[in-house]
Amino acid sequence: MEFELNETQRLFKDSARELFAQECPPTLVREMIETRRPYSQSLWGKLVEQGWTGLITPEEHGGQGLGMVEMAVAFEEMGRALVPGGFLSTVALAGPLIQACCSRDYRARRLAAICEGKLKATVALLEQSARWDVDSVRMAATHTTEGIKINGRKLFVTDAGVADLIITAVQLDSKLALAFVDATAKGLSISEMPGIDASRSLFAVEFNDVLVPAEDVISDSATARQALLNSIDVASLALSAEMVGGMQFLLDASVEYSKTRKQFGKPIGQFQAVQHHCANMLLMTESARSAVYYAAWVMGSEPEKGPLAVSMAKAYASDACREVGNLAVQVHGGVGFTWDEPIHFYYKRAKASELMFGDATYHRERIARLVVDRATEPAKAATT
Amino acid sequence: MDLRLTPGEERFRDEFRAWLRSHIPENWDPSTGHEDESSRARFDFLRSWQKKMYEAGWVGIHWPKEYGGRGASLIEQTIFIEEMARASAPPLINVLGLSLLGPTLIAYGSEDQKKRFLANILSADEIWCQGYSEPNAGSDLASLRSEAVLEGDHFVVNGQKTWTSFGHYADWCFAVVRTDPNAAKHKGLTYMLVDMHSPGVSVRPLKQMTGDSEFNEVVFQNVRVPVENVVGKVNDGWNIAIATLMFERGTLGASLQITFKRQIERLIQLAKMLDRNGKPASEDPIIRQKLAQMYTEIEIFRLNQMRTTTRMSKSGVPGPEGSIQKIFWSEMNQRLQQVAMEMLGPYGQLTRESSYSIDRGQWAHAYLRSRGNTIEAGTSEIQRNIIGHFVLGLPKSY
Repeated sequence: MEFELNETQRLFKDSARELFAQECPPTLVREMIETRRPYSQSLWGKLVEQGWTGLITPEEHGGQGLGMVEMAVAFEEMGRALVPGGFLSTVALAGPLIQACCSRDYRARRLAAICEGKLKATVALLEQSARWDVDSVRMAATHTTEGIKINGRKLFVTDAGVADLIITAVQLDSKLALAFVDATAKGLSISEMPGIDASRSLFAVEFNDVLVPAEDVISDSATARQALLNSIDVASLALSAEMVGGMQFLLDASVEYSKTRKQFGKPIGQFQAVQHHCANMLLMTESARSAVYYAAWVMGSEPEKGPLAVSMAKAYASDACREVGNLAVQVHGGVGFTWDEPIHFYYKRAKASELMFGDATYHRERIARLVVDRATEPAKAATT
Repeated sequence: MDLRLTPGEERFRDEFRAWLRSHIPENWDPSTGHEDESSRARFDFLRSWQKKMYEAGWVGIHWPKEYGGRGASLIEQTIFIEEMARASAPPLINVLGLSLLGPTLIAYGSEDQKKRFLANILSADEIWCQGYSEPNAGSDLASLRSEAVLEGDHFVVNGQKTWTSFGHYADWCFAVVRTDPNAAKHKGLTYMLVDMHSPGVSVRPLKQMTGDSEFNEVVFQNVRVPVENVVGKVNDGWNIAIATLMFERGTLGASLQITFKRQIERLIQLAKMLDRNGKPASEDPIIRQKLAQMYTEIEIFRLNQMRTTTRMSKSGVPGPEGSIQKIFWSEMNQRLQQVAMEMLGPYGQLTRESSYSIDRGQWAHAYLRSRGNTIEAGTSEIQRNIIGHFVLGLPKSY
């Protein structure tokens, strides 16, 4: 039993940290956020060059074929650097979905395009009800001679504004289906839903008689459902890892600040009230990291335990990341509340990430289904 | 990263599991009431049980072979603790000798001390207690006042220790006493081994809010301790005392995680039987949230512990990160017991004396007992100070 990164994984983590320090420095992050354009062609190009868009794509499709632990480590470092943009949507959400449900040819073509940087993709799931469970899909598609026709509206679609492909969950014949919709399709209109986290954009996607050819539709609902569930788990894991990186940044920044900021003639880090805030941040950051690394290992090695492990990681990280953000602002005092310090960028990302793919309450209910409802052992008489 | 056991670790686990299955005495009732815990009969039973385990080679798993241990890895030591808890096996009674003094002596003791004391710790022939806290030295341990004055080849010790677990049965005590009253408070302390059967040692049980007496007050009155019983150097006891405390925080987690796991599983069972608003509590959305939260925290505690164990197995010594685990489990247990109380409703308060009590009143007892968790073995406040200073590098606050 060995529960820590091995040598290769550590080196990978270090190189990821160096890559983002160089290619995505705080000045670039700030510029993208302030202009509300969290997409940089040159940054994307750099990531493609380094093979990052093919991070977990099998080698046969031109990817690096890395495992879930490596993926988690990569996203942790991206979270630490607050890398803006659509990386998660394409690599951790759409990629695994394509991998899981497309036919061999389609899969090979689309994944190769992602690896080569020619394709960005996202998944459109939420509707007005804003529910993350896959059974909530109501937007209906109807059959046409050459495929299907979609009418309706998807909300909270991450990165749709830059995506080339929007994989859309629909109801076809009253059952779940997936439509691989070209972002340039006629009748599709995409508008931003500005939120507090300008480092990752949300979009409303409107479908007006959008035609999707039959070969771009997964109409076997069992396949669609399983693939969607699995890819959301992979993406939730990536997001939780990203949150751990964000927490690490907030902790480091708070410790650093409390060593230098002086009040009453002393560094504020000498006061126990401040020390204890920092200790709590460390406790939550490390605990979230344990949950995330475990979920990553399980997804790769014992996938039947994946959903529970991912929900535990996302539930814990969602609460912890918000709370670490709260404490970081508090430790920084007035400075933490100002626009010119980067703390609030992370604080906002923490809140947006908490809400993405289900918050802690959502995942705790999922955990309850897995551990309370499935515990079937007959209870012994409680009273003696 | 590989969370699976290696084939060797699996073999070790299977072998020990099989041994436990065929050796746990039939008359052992794991749910033996807490108030019996301090009884003499129970003590004698546990002492002979440890001896039996020692003779079969199952005590001191991680200790070097030359000192009577098994020479196995720290991971195997952890597996051992988990299996003990999983089988609800009778505990090893000499726990302070095994988990605190033993590792300390192995690291800092003289060869003579190792030869003299280690084997008897393993066999439970000599039971140990810890002489640290005093009535006026709790969190500020280094301000302790018990003093030892050198007279020829003996120290003469006077003073009072408190919160001494096993004090009423112990044969020996590892104590920290002041040997230089003029030095700065951390500098004038010495770590020494005191024979509890010496003239001048008296022990009085302390009764705690649960009604149990786990702890004692120990008074030393002109107790003579030979100089060869000093561990390390005279006036250098503080560093050794701290090392001992880190062993305490580093290893306790392994057995606790099994206890917590068993408790959450029992609570999930109870949730299906207890009524809440006309339905089983397990269908109540709020109870479901709370059970899921506790399940998650207990799992994360286990995972943190696995990371700690991995780190310790590489570096050999526990680090100050043990403080994270101490805070985690103690505060988590208080939340867990509160969830249990909430679920049990009015039944939660009943003690085992009530024929209406659930699980023989263990939840009421555990609720009260958990209050001490954030105080014993270093308060949560002290743990956070340790993290602030020793882990995060913030300036010392005192």
